[in-house]
Amino acid sequence: MSSKALIEIKNVKHAYQTDAGPLPVLDGLNVEVAKGDFTAVVGPSGCGKSTLTRLIAGLLFPNEGKVFLQGKRVTSPRNIVGMAFQNPVLLEWRSILDNVRLPLEIVPNELSRKQIDDRGYELLAMVGLEGFEDKRPSELSGGMRQRASLCRALAHRPEVLILDEPFAALDAFTREDLWQIMHELRHQEAFTCLLITHDLRESVFLADQVVVLSDRPAKTQYTLDVPFGRDRDLDDLYTPEATEILRDLRYQIQVAQKRVDEEIQEIDK
Amino acid sequence: MNFLKKFGIPIATLIVFCLIWEFIVWINGWPNYVMASPSDLGPSFLKFRWLFLEYGWDTLWRTVAGLLLAIVFGVVVGMIMGFSRTIREAIYPLLVGFNAIPKATVVPVVALLFVGQHDLNTILIAFMISFFPITVSISIGLSTLEPEYRDILLSLGASRFTIFRKIALPKTLPEFFGALKVSVTLAFIGTNLMEIVEPHGRGLGHLFDSGKISADYPLMFAVLIALAIMGIGLYYVVIVLEKIFAGWADRDVT
Ligand SMILES: Nc1ncnc2c1ncn2[C@@H]1O[C@H](COP(=O)(O)OP(=O)(O)OP(=O)(O)O)[C@@H](O)[C@H]1O
Ligand SMILES: [Mg+2]
Repeated sequence: MSSKALIEIKNVKHAYQTDAGPLPVLDGLNVEVAKGDFTAVVGPSGCGKSTLTRLIAGLLFPNEGKVFLQGKRVTSPRNIVGMAFQNPVLLEWRSILDNVRLPLEIVPNELSRKQIDDRGYELLAMVGLEGFEDKRPSELSGGMRQRASLCRALAHRPEVLILDEPFAALDAFTREDLWQIMHELRHQEAFTCLLITHDLRESVFLADQVVVLSDRPAKTQYTLDVPFGRDRDLDDLYTPEATEILRDLRYQIQVAQKRVDEEIQEIDK
Repeated sequence: MNFLKKFGIPIATLIVFCLIWEFIVWINGWPNYVMASPSDLGPSFLKFRWLFLEYGWDTLWRTVAGLLLAIVFGVVVGMIMGFSRTIREAIYPLLVGFNAIPKATVVPVVALLFVGQHDLNTILIAFMISFFPITVSISIGLSTLEPEYRDILLSLGASRFTIFRKIALPKTLPEFFGALKVSVTLAFIGTNLMEIVEPHGRGLGHLFDSGKISADYPLMFAVLIALAIMGIGLYYVVIVLEKIFAGWADRDVT
């Protein structure tokens, strides 16, 4: 495979039109994600991370700059994208299996009903939800619902998986379970992933590349290549090397929030 | 046990209610032109059984027709209001204002508008009085749809209609049926308002009016009971439809 990026965001500027006038959200953003890579995006709250995901999904178009998927300019939604959010938004009137099948009811495909069901069973088994196929979403725990939501995002074998803080509302232990599941999914399924997160440990544990965005209007503030291989263990997060990386990221976030300068000024006084 | 709980308890309650009613009339020594007692109703029903059947049918089909009209109108307007915030804000005051007008005052207006068209007039009033809850429920159901649903489907290339059919419509059904239960009773009120006021009308409202004119108080009470029975019947039809189409929203496990 060539090193050509699957997701390419070039010099993107975007402002929302609000009652109080235009609100600049992205200002000269550049992000590249190679095929098969896993990129985590971190940044201060409200800096425009969700806006970035909407640009890639073709739900929103930038005022300036260009967004490319597979080398093609994004001009409308493309069904090579799968999305999952902090809120798992499962459909309560459908069973878990039928929720997972949803993308295959919309994306044109040649699969038979049985093949579609099998795809659902396969994915649910991968995330440890076998036996729950016929349950209603309300019968599942928050972590299980989020797993089902991941399965739905992957049902149509998307090239790009976009995750907007999918683990943010979960407790620490459930979150770590889901991190492991993400690794397993990556072994089984071929996708390129863009993960939005507030959790630096999560970004280092899951991603090959961490992009730090600056405060709004956001631009790329810092990019870090995570020096770990594909096979990772939670213990890796507690090595001196990982601690060093996390400290580095934390510092960059503070710079992004413009806290560093203020602190120095405080000391000067 | 389950069967007993479901039907036995309501029926027992009904019987107790009638006994208390009978008892209160008896202990006060009210003659039947002050307050009819349940034992007066039987003979009344028997005497006018054919009129009850004929007029009952009139009232029933007019109510159902008005209700169907209210459903069509309410769903369409609710959809438009649910999808467009501008339109919602534009027509909400109008709808609320219209709903606030006592329908008894609209009755003579409609009666004059379409003189002699008894069926049409009655259906119109039943419709006017019952569409509001349906409109509001649909518009709220649609406007409170989480944006994530929309994003997931749109990103897969789904059309707005697909989003409506696969998500918005089923998600709104529980609210819709909740509103329909209110609308059913309102529609009955509307039908009877018209039937009572309009001369030469038909339907149970008219029978009530004749009872009044001929000072046949047991007949008037019998009409009220007949209306109550029909209202209960239609209400349960809605419950059954709700169980079929929106049973998933029912989470209590008693
Ligand atoms: N449709 C919109 N219209 C107007 N302003 C918007 C719109 N969507 C987002 N914004 C604003 O743009 C800014 C960036 O929003 P965005 O959701 O992309 O941030 P975010 O980085 O995902 O935030 P968070 O960390 O809280 O999830 C915020 O200030 C938000 O209020
Ligand atoms: Mg966000």
